[in-house]
Amino acid sequence: MGKRVAIVGIGYSTFRTTSQDVNYREMIFDAAFKCYEDAGVKHPREIDAFVATSEDFMEGVSIADEYVPDQLGAATRPVESITGDGIQGLAAALMQVQTGQLNLVAASSFSKASNVIDYYNVVSYACDPTYIRPLKEHPYFIAGLEMMKYLHGTGTTKEQCAKVAVKNKENALDNPNAAYGSLVSVEDVLNSPMRFDPLGLLDTCGDIDGAIVLLLASEEKARELNKEPIWINGIGWGTDTPNLDSRINFGAEAQYAKLAGQKAYKMAGIKSPKNEIDFAEVDDTFTYKELQHLEALDICAPGDAGKLLEQGAFSSKGTFPVNVSGGSLGMGYSHEANGTQKVMEIVLQLRGEAGKRQLDGVKTGLAFAWRGIPTATGAAVILSKDK
Amino acid sequence: MSGVEKVYGGTGLSASQVEDGSIFVEHDALDCEYTWDAGVAIGRYLQELKNGRIIGRECDECRRILVPPRMFCEICWRPNDRWVYVKDTGTVNTFSICYVNWDASRIEPGHPPHLPAVIELDGATKMIGIMHILGEVDPQAIKIGMKVKAVWKPEEERTGAITDIKYFKPY
Ligand SMILES: [Zn+2]
Repeated sequence: MGKRVAIVGIGYSTFRTTSQDVNYREMIFDAAFKCYEDAGVKHPREIDAFVATSEDFMEGVSIADEYVPDQLGAATRPVESITGDGIQGLAAALMQVQTGQLNLVAASSFSKASNVIDYYNVVSYACDPTYIRPLKEHPYFIAGLEMMKYLHGTGTTKEQCAKVAVKNKENALDNPNAAYGSLVSVEDVLNSPMRFDPLGLLDTCGDIDGAIVLLLASEEKARELNKEPIWINGIGWGTDTPNLDSRINFGAEAQYAKLAGQKAYKMAGIKSPKNEIDFAEVDDTFTYKELQHLEALDICAPGDAGKLLEQGAFSSKGTFPVNVSGGSLGMGYSHEANGTQKVMEIVLQLRGEAGKRQLDGVKTGLAFAWRGIPTATGAAVILSKDK
Repeated sequence: MSGVEKVYGGTGLSASQVEDGSIFVEHDALDCEYTWDAGVAIGRYLQELKNGRIIGRECDECRRILVPPRMFCEICWRPNDRWVYVKDTGTVNTFSICYVNWDASRIEPGHPPHLPAVIELDGATKMIGIMHILGEVDPQAIKIGMKVKAVWKPEEERTGAITDIKYFKPY
């Protein structure tokens, strides 16, 4: 681990399924303005550099980085764009601070998913043009294949997966930033329209629009600013092969999550994740993904996540709360901001600003995001506050 | 000047190599649709264009009048303050005479070239301009600094788009 870096500011817009009243610039300005104010930074000229995550196909403009600066206060300033998850953007910002040349770096990510008329086409273009696209399958069939293999390989049941949706959607009711909070039963999930067997409609999260901006500081700078620093102890990301048919133990195990977790744990000096981490926000784009990711991240043994979930271990009052925010199933899926959304919840919890869903005595949290269908890329980050 | 374009394309594979099947390619065409939310600033801008007017936003700190409008001042880093109508007359800031179409095809000899220009609008802050096109003008007579005026579409044809102004012409 190099120099210590902390998150010293956070700002976010509202999170809603649609946002016709603001364009993406106004939405990001809202988040950036609140973030700098949160940190006690009066003007973005005090910030040394800016990192934005964006994905051209989601925005419908190419070279989207050119559209980033104004709403971050970054016009005429150093700006870098990352085509990846928000946690990968966070890693880029972290490394900039760790060079020792920069003291304050902002990292932004956002979703205007409601503006993409045919999202599935966008996902389809992420699939291999020779091996997959000619089959003319809706790209989510990949999740169906993977879930089938996961259930088969680990003995996890569809009921256990359904309970992930029940838990996360209920958690979301206590989160004002969540758009998909509801009380659903296991039967509701199991009886929801089957889409890509065994994956049903309620096993799948819905989209949201929203923007999140984080401000990172060197240790010295962090001590000068308003807020209690939330330290980035470890960060890591990993990618498996793009060939679905030759991924290691496809489905049963999420290699990318394992790789990302191991790297982040090593950097943070964590030997026993479930004992040294208090809670986690873990990608639940599909119900089975939460369980699969918890196992890959070594929070429990392979095949145990479903059982532990049923015993209540991952509930808000459990021994290791997972997705107290509601996760993507409860908050909604924010695409490039997926990981940042999870980081946001960890920061709010560690600061004691999580309102009705505040966890008691949490000091260290894990955020993990998957880059979504059809990728095998994931990113993990460990955050903590001063003991 | 316009004319037939000589192409210096470099050396590639021959079409026959693809046609005879000795080389395989994958072909697909992009098919993505978007509806970009205009939001507060651009939404009002488009609404006013439909009304036959051009509107900007004024920042009380730097005193700039921004056209097209945005709701915040990126320099002062604050929400800006008020809506201000500007005139539909202005000055050519820069321009180009373009002999190539949108799809990269060459404009046929004898057809008029495209005339994109940056217009600094009267009433907006100096150096702040909108991109548009020039019309009713001899391309060779266009000069930086030339005074121009908007030529609007008839009211019933306006849709709330920058093309509600057909072009700017000298006056
Ligand atoms: Zn200003």
